Amino acid sequence: MGNTFNWRKIPWAKVLSVAFLVLFPLLVDSDYYRHLFIIALMWVVIGSSWNLLSGYTGQVSFGHAIFFGVGAYTAGLFTTKLSMSAWWGMLLGGPVSLLVGIVIGWICFRLRGPYFALATIAIGEIFRQVAENWISFTEGMQGILIIQTFRSKIPYYYLALGLAIACVGTIALVLRSKWGFYFIAIREDQDAAEALGISSYRYKSLSLMISSFFTGLAGAFYMNYMAFIDPQVVFSLHYISIMAILVGIIGGVGTIWGPAVGAFIMVLLQETFRSSFYGLVPRWVSEAHVLVFGLLVIFVIRYMANGMVGDWPKIQQLWSRPKAVSSPSVSGN
Amino acid sequence: MHFFETRRLTKAFGGLIAVNDVNFQVEEGEIYGLIGPNGSGKTTLFNLVTGFHPITSGAVRFQGKELNGLPTWKICKEGIGRTFQIVKPLRRMTVLENVMAAAFCRTSKTSIARDKALEVLHFCELDQKTDFAASGLTIGDRKRMEIARALATGPKLLLLDETMAGLTPQEQYEGVELIKKIRKSGITIIIVEHIMHVIMNLCDRILCINYGQEIVKGSPNEVANNQAVIEAYLGKE
Repeated sequence: MGNTFNWRKIPWAKVLSVAFLVLFPLLVDSDYYRHLFIIALMWVVIGSSWNLLSGYTGQVSFGHAIFFGVGAYTAGLFTTKLSMSAWWGMLLGGPVSLLVGIVIGWICFRLRGPYFALATIAIGEIFRQVAENWISFTEGMQGILIIQTFRSKIPYYYLALGLAIACVGTIALVLRSKWGFYFIAIREDQDAAEALGISSYRYKSLSLMISSFFTGLAGAFYMNYMAFIDPQVVFSLHYISIMAILVGIIGGVGTIWGPAVGAFIMVLLQETFRSSFYGLVPRWVSEAHVLVFGLLVIFVIRYMANGMVGDWPKIQQLWSRPKAVSSPSVSGN
Repeated sequence: MHFFETRRLTKAFGGLIAVNDVNFQVEEGEIYGLIGPNGSGKTTLFNLVTGFHPITSGAVRFQGKELNGLPTWKICKEGIGRTFQIVKPLRRMTVLENVMAAAFCRTSKTSIARDKALEVLHFCELDQKTDFAASGLTIGDRKRMEIARALATGPKLLLLDETMAGLTPQEQYEGVELIKKIRKSGITIIIVEHIMHVIMNLCDRILCINYGQEIVKGSPNEVANNQAVIEAYLGKE
């Protein structure tokens, strides 16, 4: 039985998921499913970044489209204005977005709680308006069109997978360090944190910087992959900022793997509606997707406030009821 | 030069003067008591010292350095630790993680912070509860963890704000022993407390304030027998 115990200690679910993701494009010869997985992996990056700032540091952002959009536009404008390779833009998407994050933190972290969340909505709308109206710089509503580097989906797939692993890995490392302790302390009680020698302003900013960096990279990746962006898409409150929150909430706020799970659920759900359940139901049903997302959030908040990952023991009990109730572990998954 | 002192310390919230012209000096190694009826300004005084409220006028000096205008976290780094009257546990962290978060004040290495936290938890006799969630502790243990956390920041001066309130007599006795042990380890203490036998037992000197103003300063005996103190607590005949 000793062997069994050790064997069970290996996090099989995580090892197998990563192995599956690495092999996926080789196993599935379908550009359609490869595309869905690329988008889901991109959302792993955005959701995990949002979760670091909002789930772990307690600073709820309704404006992650800012960083996504800035990253995307950085990549796009470097290509169209300076005729550089969009891949240089991809590298710069993260740092430029990080700089924007510093400025936003400098302004907004004087505000606490709901005021920070409100400020991020306002700043998000400002960025969208500027991108729509500063036509000489951003091409306005026409958007930016570049030429894709690869015709195959596979290079993009592995790039997205690399980004997702780098992002989740970095966050997992940060959370084990002093920074992670400080982020969570600030979330739990900002006054207590200050009394323990923690500069809440500095560490909230650091959290925002990591978060904006990875979200910016995801945006720059989107530019390279989709080859077309416009302000309505990349600075969208609905499609980016709110989606980032949904990914976090469905998967599990304040858990490392939560947004990764949430990203796949949300992207598959969104696609199911977009395609009218793969053509099985009339078109008007797909219009109801916002309603369904809303109901889903209500359901999750009511019955599994810690999301799929945070409340996994609860979900397991549903089909292992006869067994003894397993106590949920306190430490993060 | 005094180890710690306030000079003409004053705080006004609009028209209400919560702390009015308070002067007192604390020497290294002392346990200094701060008493006064409810609402007399004791906690406000702590909040001024630790930078939670900006000072209206006057000064706070610690080891020859003026603390006015420093943010709370820097005052902690200077070596002043505090507990809160209404405890503030970091609820979704374990007891060990709470104290580790504090221990990071003096180190950036997780292993050193963990060792320091375990040492402090042992000192505070919380070693049986290191893996408990902070939200699940009894009030007695919460108060103890509050002290452990302040100690883990490596203070030279510790401000204790009613750490005995709400405890059973047995817990109070253990609390007094813990505070004596802290003093023995070389940390100076300023303590706010309503429970008189605790104050009388522990303190070398006491300052009594009412309506934010000093009534009397002196040894426990002098203060306990002072007519103005008795009137402040019990009213005039």
